[in-house]
Amino acid sequence: MKLSRRQRKMLIRIFICAVLLIMVNVIRGIGLIGTEGTFGFVFYLALYVATYLVIGYDILIKAGKGIANGRPFDECFLMAFATLGAFALAIIERNADYNEAIAVMLFYQIGELFQSYAVGKSRRNISDLMDIRPDYANIEKDGELEQVDPDSVEIGTVIVVKPGEKVPIDGIVVEGSSSLNTAALTGESVPRDVSEGDEIVSGCINLTGVLRIRTTKAFGESTVSRILELVENAGSRKSQSEQFIAKFARVYTPAVVFSAIALAVLPPVFRIILASDGGAMWSVWVYRALTFLVISCPCALVVSIPLSFFAGIGGASHEGILIKGSNYLETLSQAKTVVFDKTGTLTQGVFEVTAVHHSTMDEHKLIEYAAAVECYSSHPISLSLQKAYGQAVDKSRVSDIEEISGHGVKGMVDGHEVAAGNIKLMRSLGLEVGECHSIGTIVHVAIDGQYCGHIVISDVVKPNSGRAISALKAAGVQKTVMLTGDAKRIADKVGSDLGVDEVHSELLPADKVSQVERLLSEKKNSKDALVFVGDGINDAPVLTRADIGIAMGAMGSDAAIEAADVVLMDDDPLKIAKALRISRKCLGIVYQNIAFALTVKFGCLILGALGITNMWAAIFADVGVMVLAVLNAIRALRVSRL
Amino acid sequence: MKKTYKIDVDCANCANLMEQAAKKTSGVADAAVNFMALKMTVEFEEGADEKKVMKDVFKACRKVEPDCEIEF
Repeated sequence: MKLSRRQRKMLIRIFICAVLLIMVNVIRGIGLIGTEGTFGFVFYLALYVATYLVIGYDILIKAGKGIANGRPFDECFLMAFATLGAFALAIIERNADYNEAIAVMLFYQIGELFQSYAVGKSRRNISDLMDIRPDYANIEKDGELEQVDPDSVEIGTVIVVKPGEKVPIDGIVVEGSSSLNTAALTGESVPRDVSEGDEIVSGCINLTGVLRIRTTKAFGESTVSRILELVENAGSRKSQSEQFIAKFARVYTPAVVFSAIALAVLPPVFRIILASDGGAMWSVWVYRALTFLVISCPCALVVSIPLSFFAGIGGASHEGILIKGSNYLETLSQAKTVVFDKTGTLTQGVFEVTAVHHSTMDEHKLIEYAAAVECYSSHPISLSLQKAYGQAVDKSRVSDIEEISGHGVKGMVDGHEVAAGNIKLMRSLGLEVGECHSIGTIVHVAIDGQYCGHIVISDVVKPNSGRAISALKAAGVQKTVMLTGDAKRIADKVGSDLGVDEVHSELLPADKVSQVERLLSEKKNSKDALVFVGDGINDAPVLTRADIGIAMGAMGSDAAIEAADVVLMDDDPLKIAKALRISRKCLGIVYQNIAFALTVKFGCLILGALGITNMWAAIFADVGVMVLAVLNAIRALRVSRL
Repeated sequence: MKKTYKIDVDCANCANLMEQAAKKTSGVADAAVNFMALKMTVEFEEGADEKKVMKDVFKACRKVEPDCEIEF
C-alpha cells in the first residue's frame, strides 16, 4: 500500500484519535475521576474536545473558510455543524456522552481517507494502462547518443530508438529493422515488423533491433500526444448522468439542510401548541436533525460516477478503443442501429486474387503467367496479381509486351504467347468465353491461342466482419445497414454474405448523408442511437451527422481522429461490438451506483426522521455507500475479457 | 498560450472549486481541471507572465482548498 504524505498524516491522526478515545473511555469506565461535579465535567469535556480536535481540526478550519467564501453548504460545514451540535446537546443534557460526535468525525475521516486512496489507486491503474508517454528521445551528436526532451526535436531530425524503448515521435525508418509492440495503442498483442522505409507511429515499443527514424511530425502532433490529449480531455465532455448528479448534488444538499431545520423546529413547536406530554422534546428533534445532516453529503455519487466513466474510458483505450468523452460512452450504450461504410470498413479496401476458375493448368502457374505478362504495369489489378504470385517476376523472361487499352495485355513469356485481359480480348483472339458468375474483376488468360481459365480479383471481406455483425446483434443492435458507392451486384453479395439487414449501393457521398438522415428520422425512440462506422477517409460528413461516429484503422490518421467520436486504432470490426459492450457495462455500473446510493440515503433519511436510526448508523450509511460505490466503479476498468 | 500542470487534490468537488478559482485569477483566459487525470490546463492571456500568474492561481486555489498542490 503506497500512501501519499497527506494520507499518511491522516492515518496517524485517525490512529491517535482512536487511541485517545479508548483511553478517555477507559478512565471514565473504571471511575478514576467521576463525571459528577464541575471538575469532572470540565475534565472530561477538555479530554473529549482535545480528541475531537485531533481528528476534526482541519474540517473545522475548512468549514470556517467555506462560510467566509460564501459556500455554506459544503460537506465540511455540514460535518462540523452536525458534530458540534452533538457536542452541544451532550453539554446541555450534562450526560457527558461525547463519543458520538467524535466517532462520527472519526468515521467520516476514515471514509475520506479510503476514498482518496481508492481514487488514487484506480487513477494509477488507469494511467498505467495508458503509459505510452515517452520521456525522452535519443539524438545522435558527435557519435554519441544524447537524451533530449521530445518536445524540442524538430521535424526531419533523425532519432534513435533502442530495443525496449518507446518510439517518441512519428516518423519513417531510415535504417534498421525491428518488431514493434503496438499493444498500448491497439490492444493487438502480435508484434508488427518494420524495416527501412516504413512509417512508424509513436507510442509503440521497439522490441528487437535499433531503429533510426526521421521524424515527420513534431512531438505535440504525434500520435502518442494526440491520443493522450484525447483521453485526458475525455473528462471534460460530461455525460447526462454526470450532469444529472451535479444538478442533483446542488439541490440535494440544501434540501436536506432545510429539511433538517424543519425537523428540528417544527415538531417541538407543534408539541408546544398541542401541549403534548413530555413537553417540546427539543433535544430529541435537534438530534434527529443532526443525524439528517450527517447523511446529507452526496459524495458517494459525486465521486463514483465520474470515476466509473473515467475507468471505462481508460479500460477501453487499453483495448485500442478511444472514446472522446463520457457523453459518447453513454450514447454508445443506447446504440440500436449501426450503419457501415463498405470499403475499408467491412472489406479490406485492397484488391486481391480471390479465385481461379476453369484453369487448365496448375492454378499457381496460371497466376505466374498472368503476373509475368502484367509485370510492367502498375495498375491495382496488376499489383494484386504480383502479390498473389508472391515473388518478384524475372523480367528477362518477358518480352514483346503490348498493352491493348480497354482489353488487356499480350506478350511473350518463356517463349509462349500469353494474353491476359477481359472478354473482349479473348474474343479478339477468336476464343469464345462465358461470363463468370463471380463478383469482381475477371482476368481471362490465354496461352498460345488456347483458353486457360480466368482469375477473379476482388475486394476482400475482413476476416472478422461476419462475426462483428453477429456480435453486434448479440449486443442488442436491432438493425445493421451497409452504405456504399460500389456497384449493386457487389454490394448485395457482400451484404448477404455478412448478414447485414439493409444494403444501399451506388451512393455518392451526399447520398450517404441523406440515407443516414432517413435512418435517424426512422428511430422509434428518441433515446435510441445511430452509430456510423467508417474508415474516416471521406466520410467525415456522415461521421459527424450520426449520433456516434466511429472511425476505424486510425493508426496515424489525423483526419479520422478529428472527425469521429470514437476511434478504433486498428481495423478490426469486432472492436465495434466490444466498444458497445464496454459502454453497456460502464453505464450499468453507473445506474447501479445511482440506485444503490439513493436508496440507502433516502432510507436512512426516513429512518433518521422517525428516530429509528442514530448518528452512528447515519455515518455508516454515508461512508459505507461511498466505499461500495467506489469499489463498484473500479470494475468499469476491467474490460479486456468483455 | 496553453500549459498543463500536475495538481494534487483529494475530492472531485475541491477540483471544481480550484477550476473556478483559477478562472477568476487575472492573467488567466481560461482554466480547466481534470480531477481524474489530476491535471490543470491553464490558458494565459496574451503577454501574461506565466510564472507570476501561476503563483496567483496557486494562492487562489489554496484559499478554496487548503491542501491542494500545483506543480509549476
